Amino acid sequence: MKAKDIAELMDEPACEHNKKAKSGCAKPKPGSTAGGCAFDGAQIALLPIADVAHIVHGPIACAGSSWDNRGTRSSGADLYRIGLTTDLTEQDVIMGRGERRLFHSIKQAIDTYRPPAVFVYNTCVPALIGDDIDAVCKAATERWEVPVIPIDSAGFYGTKNLGNRIAGDSMIKHVVGTREPDSIPENLQRHGVRVHDVNLIGEYNIAGEFWYVQSLFDELGIRILCTLSGDARFAEVQTMHRAELNMMVCSKAMINVARKLETTFGTPWFEGSFYGITDTSEALRNFALCLDDPDLMKRTEALIEREESNIRARLEEWRPRLEGKRVLLYTGGVKSWSVISALQDLGMKVVATGTKKSTEEDKARIRELMGEETKMIDDGNPRELLRIVEEYRADILIAGGRNMYTALKARVPFLDINQEREFGYAGYEGMLELVRQLTLTLDSPVWQAAKSIPPWETAEKPGGMALISSLTDKLPTNNEADASTRGITNSGIGD
Amino acid sequence: MAELLKRKKALSVSPLKASQTMGAALAFLGFARSMPLMHGSQGCTAFAKVFFVRHFREPIPLQTTAMDQVSSVMGADENVVEALRVISGKSSPALIGLVTTGLAETQGCDIQRSVKQFRQENPDFQKTEIVAVNSPDFSGCFESGYALALQAIIETLVPRTAGSQSGKSRASLRPKQVNVLCHANLTPGDLEFIVDSIESFGLRPMLIPDLSASLDGHLSDERFNPLTTGGLGIDDLKTAGESAATLVIGESIADAANSLFERTEVPETRFQQLMTMESIDRWLQRLSEISQRPVPRRWRKQRQQLQDAMLDTHFMIGASRYSFAGDPDLLIGFEAMLSSMGSELVAAVIPARSKSLDSLSLSSVQIGDLEDLEELSALHRSQLIIGNSHAVDSAERLQVPILRAGFPQYDYLGGFQRCWSGYRGIQQSLFELANLFVAHHQEIPAYRSIYKQEQYQRDGSSPALTIGRGH
Repeated sequence: MKAKDIAELMDEPACEHNKKAKSGCAKPKPGSTAGGCAFDGAQIALLPIADVAHIVHGPIACAGSSWDNRGTRSSGADLYRIGLTTDLTEQDVIMGRGERRLFHSIKQAIDTYRPPAVFVYNTCVPALIGDDIDAVCKAATERWEVPVIPIDSAGFYGTKNLGNRIAGDSMIKHVVGTREPDSIPENLQRHGVRVHDVNLIGEYNIAGEFWYVQSLFDELGIRILCTLSGDARFAEVQTMHRAELNMMVCSKAMINVARKLETTFGTPWFEGSFYGITDTSEALRNFALCLDDPDLMKRTEALIEREESNIRARLEEWRPRLEGKRVLLYTGGVKSWSVISALQDLGMKVVATGTKKSTEEDKARIRELMGEETKMIDDGNPRELLRIVEEYRADILIAGGRNMYTALKARVPFLDINQEREFGYAGYEGMLELVRQLTLTLDSPVWQAAKSIPPWETAEKPGGMALISSLTDKLPTNNEADASTRGITNSGIGD
Repeated sequence: MAELLKRKKALSVSPLKASQTMGAALAFLGFARSMPLMHGSQGCTAFAKVFFVRHFREPIPLQTTAMDQVSSVMGADENVVEALRVISGKSSPALIGLVTTGLAETQGCDIQRSVKQFRQENPDFQKTEIVAVNSPDFSGCFESGYALALQAIIETLVPRTAGSQSGKSRASLRPKQVNVLCHANLTPGDLEFIVDSIESFGLRPMLIPDLSASLDGHLSDERFNPLTTGGLGIDDLKTAGESAATLVIGESIADAANSLFERTEVPETRFQQLMTMESIDRWLQRLSEISQRPVPRRWRKQRQQLQDAMLDTHFMIGASRYSFAGDPDLLIGFEAMLSSMGSELVAAVIPARSKSLDSLSLSSVQIGDLEDLEELSALHRSQLIIGNSHAVDSAERLQVPILRAGFPQYDYLGGFQRCWSGYRGIQQSLFELANLFVAHHQEIPAYRSIYKQEQYQRDGSSPALTIGRGH
């Protein structure tokens, strides 16, 4: 990919970051950088397209440590779970045999799996030695009459975020608009219900959580032509141009797709989230509103009322256990405000939130939701996060899996909110899973055990330990066990 | 001698290989206050980090030189120098392990020169040791990367105390100290057996590197540490030349062992594996010689328990046909353990070429992926798979049980520390294998006699006269 093309992808007029000097796409600093590369981002964005053969062109590290690694679920096809890579060898690199290996690899994948399409991800090494994957893909498409789509996503091009955009851009350039949607069969038509076609962009069906929401769309008569890319199929991506409306779900990662669909096909789009009761209802309402269908609006309102009263009743029993609990939320970007609304629905208090990848607009939304005094965290290195947990007396840290073991080592309750998690939190139904997981960790007896120290060590250590012995001294003997427990709690070991 | 069958197809399907770069990084995680630094794009490090975090369920220190588009084309030596400076300044580690990726090697980096430049420009950071290793992911595999790093660590940090220039060997100046070089696939649990057994003879083991202290999954008093929270100290490592003996476990680290011996002349003993009763006998015998002490009674007791377990489990394990996918040293270990039980290795797949498989009874070993494992297992009617978490899907498709071993194990809690070594470790492994076979035991399908009275009593009429199975 040429520098010019990368610059063009970085320049995203629809993205708020464009207006600020500080950008989510800053140059990484050697020795002090975390997070994935452009290949990582591209693969994550497209891998959920379940029936495609995803071939990673490069030496082993790129695919070897990342295949079958994502929490996304498919309702049928499962080719995406098979890792495919050219696994380039030193000989391939030195002798320039990469292109030939790639060409044969594409054939092998087509012969074995008969996929509707093959995606080829370019990585650092072949990009550096100049493998022309566009040409190889073109030749392969002509030879075997299966669409072979190049995704030029070498890691050194930039961050994960850029990779998301490269992925979206490749779909727009090569896939969207290459097929017309199937017409809706007669037996699925309901009297008085006009079916609308829409797309979701940036929804990944983590742990299958979108299935909590999908049935509501079916009930309302909204056909999701394609979700980019959770539980998607190649044939669905091809028809994205025919949607009446697009929703950007919870992430700016593929905002370029929404913008380009708008400029090319005139499809309007809005941004929303399916996390939390409030936001789920608002998203559904926005569909009805933007589709400009009064009947749909009426049915949507009825559905929202039914679902909300149902879920609120079911959440009531959990509320006392969560109400007033203090949360430090550290997620990238838009997810911050969407999750905040979910937590507030439960009566929890978000005392601080990460805003590293958030735009000014996101931040304004956060202030609106949480008030002016909320701590916004720009630099979320582990040490700083733990400091804030302490300073703001947070009861739980909600963050990406990367921070999980940092929190656990510091004996801080933790909930994983990112893509590798095993539980789905979306929609009304997902709220129940969220409260289950929150109370599971918050009320767990293990925190006490993890903070305890062996009884024979209490006497030896100076400082805080003296407190324990003085406490036990004063108390009557029959309460001794009780007293030592209390002493240990008071002193804590991690201080 | 097993014949190595080369990769025969263009595409690798369900890859088995973990990269050489990550193997090299793992070796550095076994040192105290250490930070592995990958010279490559930031994604190389992010992937490796996720890989290790999911396997060990621990925070893993790992940094990157963050090569971007400009430095990938124009040269990234400055990135190396800057990364070394930033890490040294920020967390003053005792050791930085600079390992290269395919990207850096393709570009043509000179890491030794970069380290020299860093040293010249930053005299303040002399306390931080730096070991540089060429470990591109387009050759070798996890195991070889670890071995390369171990060799580089020895050659950079262990002072030469033998050979022509410096005169006499200093071996046995510390008569209780024993060096142990361990291959990449020994788990923290295996290493604990090694430590325990050596200590039981009144000796002091020095594991090089010591993952049993850093990645054993313990909750330490520290709230947060950006570096490794345990492991071998650099000052200790530098005394390796004064040890009474060196014990080497694994074929893959032979070159590293050669380097250590050549530098120190500490007498050494090599073990291919510690996964059979015979090898543990030899291990304890050797420890007894080094320490001049008899073998403690408890080992004899555990040996008897193992003997009993071998008898108990041979009904299930004996004559079974199994296949294996993983690194060569792990293959050697499991093959030895299972052939001592009378089972047959019918298919073996390793991720990359290795010269250490000479002893294997199998006629051929395939260099390949998990698709190869599936095909070979089906062909040879394998009854059990031994492999990493990725092989679980393969086992499911083959409808045979799986024993998880090797890297990565992300779907099995505690897999990272399971002990396969020692009498007790072998005993537990045999129990587990036997249980897998019992749980997957194929019952004889019921055959119902046409004359069975129950039948016409219930139906009230005589059944149709169809004779034969399957009706």
